[in-house]
Amino acid sequence: MRAERLRLLAGLALALALVLPLLPLALWSLAHGWRFPDLLPQAWSLRAWGVASSAGVLGSLGLTLGIAAATTALAALVGLPAGRALGLHDFPGKRAVLLLLLVPAVLPGIALVLGLHDLFLRLGLTGSTHGVILAHLVPVLPYMVLVMASVFAGFDTRIEAQARSLGAGPVRCFLQVTLPAVLPGLLTGALFAFLVSWSQYLLTLAIGGGRVQTLPLVLYAYVAAGRNDVAGAIAVLYALPGILLLLGFIGRITGRDLGRVLRP
Amino acid sequence: MRERTRLLLLLGPAVALVGGLVLGALGLALLRSLRLLPLEEPGLSAYASVLASPGVLASLALSFWIATVSTLIAAGLALAAAMLLRQAFPGRRLVAVLVQLNLTIPHVVGAIGILYLISQSGSFARLAHAAGLIAAPGEFPALTHDPWAIGIILTYVWKEVPFITLILLAKLQTLGPDLGPVARSLGATRWQAFRFVLLPQLLPALAAGAALVFAFAFGAYEVPLVLGAHAPEALPLRAWRSFTDVDLAARPEAFAISILIAALGAGLLALHARLILPRRGRDAG
Repeated sequence: MRAERLRLLAGLALALALVLPLLPLALWSLAHGWRFPDLLPQAWSLRAWGVASSAGVLGSLGLTLGIAAATTALAALVGLPAGRALGLHDFPGKRAVLLLLLVPAVLPGIALVLGLHDLFLRLGLTGSTHGVILAHLVPVLPYMVLVMASVFAGFDTRIEAQARSLGAGPVRCFLQVTLPAVLPGLLTGALFAFLVSWSQYLLTLAIGGGRVQTLPLVLYAYVAAGRNDVAGAIAVLYALPGILLLLGFIGRITGRDLGRVLRP
Repeated sequence: MRERTRLLLLLGPAVALVGGLVLGALGLALLRSLRLLPLEEPGLSAYASVLASPGVLASLALSFWIATVSTLIAAGLALAAAMLLRQAFPGRRLVAVLVQLNLTIPHVVGAIGILYLISQSGSFARLAHAAGLIAAPGEFPALTHDPWAIGIILTYVWKEVPFITLILLAKLQTLGPDLGPVARSLGATRWQAFRFVLLPQLLPALAAGAALVFAFAFGAYEVPLVLGAHAPEALPLRAWRSFTDVDLAARPEAFAISILIAALGAGLLALHARLILPRRGRDAG
């Protein structure tokens, strides 16, 4: 079984490569001094985690969570109906709409950020949390619409017609028939939409103007200051919610779901 | 007619929001790059000065290098990883979960992890010291803040291999019965079965994923911010620096850079749309 052993080795190498960059972050977060050339920290301490659990950093964590949650909720609210229209209907201009929705995904990030800053400045929306949420909708909303379009493309409208013919009103029909049918796709889409907002850096910096200090901005400030221990702790803190969310979902995400939500 | 109203109500808010923000941003950037807003001396002078600036051209070349190399390596490794993960071996489930978990990790976290791993005082340099290969940090090759952007490329490869792998695995699920054994029974070698049967079926998904990776690696800010050299700096850093320059005269140039990058993005958009959107039908606009 030479081939199987080779696959095992390749699998091990892949697993190691995936985990490797995260190890120094975890080690640094617990280090109390870690000079070259020591392979492990000279002493261990929870000092960095003290900073990472201070009111300032936890406030940033809460702000980042709030922005991502609000962006996701708005994107679901506006994106679900649009996804339905695109997934179930053919109409003149559909291709143009799809192209427009692909723009934020395919255009390199920096191409939109400067213009968005100018636009938001004119609208008086820079430097505010709601401005940042609106800006995050630029990558998140099209994403959510495309995911929901793919979900609705596999939706059979005849079950709605049946519910209506049995006397259900439009609201009841949506809540008890349509929503449960699209819910798995909606939740997977929402999870990844949340992560798109969660990982924004330049967009937050540009529109927030330094006044909306989300976790990645705080994290980079510690990297730039050379505080590797605190940066390690905040990096772990910043990566953890996404990891926990995905682990919570992992049994429920099918390969098909995953196929429609992927973004770099 | 009622149908049309209904579609309009369903689609309107999303299209108005995205269209307003995206076209508004691009339109303003275009006007400002042409010095039409505020009206100074309209013309292409910002573009001329950007394209004549050795610094900007070096940044453009660097970002092209970063995006091209990252995309090629990530696509190649992802193809291998997808071929690996469709077969059975002990621990396959664990590896598959790790691949999915990597999707959730923000790029800036990956960049900092790579920095602490491969910088001249990082983990690898310490291992090299322990092995007696180097005596001081400076003797370890500069893999971060280096002219070849090795740290930046490694970060993108680390992040995008799982992304393309999962695209390919999702595509493999939709392909239906595996035709490999059929090709083998007709006399094809393992390589021929892969090269002439499986690969052509995967290529559109691979190319669509690669286009997204190229766009991301070309335009992302935080990875070169953590790992990049000062000169030349990656184009997104350069554009942002011109944009935030105290000298307001640099602003049209920053907008000109962003319009040039948007033009590149339009090319990627055309490629990506060709690969994933259904063919233009009689009813499409």
